[in-house]
Amino acid sequence: MTALASCLLLSALLFAIGLAGAVMRRNAILVLIGIELMLNAANLNFIAFWRYGPHPEALTGIMFVIFSIGVAAAEAAVGLALIIHLYRHTKTANIDEVNTLRG
Amino acid sequence: MFTIFAILTVAGAVAAMSLRDLVHSVLALTLAFSGLAAVYLLLGAQFIGFAQILVYIGAVAILIVFAILLTRDKGATSQSIFGSFWIGSITVVLAIVAILARVILSSAVTRPIAPPQPEATMQQIGNALMLRFVLPLEIVGLLLTAALIGAVTIAMREEQETR
Repeated sequence: MTALASCLLLSALLFAIGLAGAVMRRNAILVLIGIELMLNAANLNFIAFWRYGPHPEALTGIMFVIFSIGVAAAEAAVGLALIIHLYRHTKTANIDEVNTLRG
Repeated sequence: MFTIFAILTVAGAVAAMSLRDLVHSVLALTLAFSGLAAVYLLLGAQFIGFAQILVYIGAVAILIVFAILLTRDKGATSQSIFGSFWIGSITVVLAIVAILARVILSSAVTRPIAPPQPEATMQQIGNALMLRFVLPLEIVGLLLTAALIGAVTIAMREEQETR
């Protein structure tokens, strides 16, 4: 197995773990952590393809990861602010109990 | 070397997703993030590795710890930590990881080619950020400003409205 394939496998595993956490856990903060793990798996793919791709001197993989980290930081800030606001309203961070919009 | 850090990363991620205490799971998350930063350093992306440590371990983990301490649930200790549909969820996740692994192992990336270590010095990254990628850089700056203002606005107490 080549180095690129092992990087991609590690990334797939991280994505699956993040997805499992995001869909299975009750706590809203753990859902956000799962989303962060999935974003990190995508970043690892960008770096792996930059390292083993045909044109690493263009630095596109590195640039994409820099911008992706910026966007992920913005997402984490807004998501945690939403969770804190939700907690003030409902006194819980359990997403199974936040069902005001259920039809 | 790669295997050690890969195992460290996966173990940290699994622990972060399965521990009951939220503070412990954030500690496991920082373990996963530092393993990932070491993998970036091994792949030759020094700037990304240190940016990962600074942004994720330094900022995002601290932010998550603050959010956890601000949203303590009193009566949730006896409940199961998983939601109501966890059997279906884990089936879907296992199917996804099986499909991804099958596609990766049967694709062309398993050809044994080993290109030389590419160069990514700070000077090259700075040049690229200031010349070719200057517009995306400005847009990300604008996005971060808007997101921080939005986060402060959302999390601010609405004392006048509630009275």
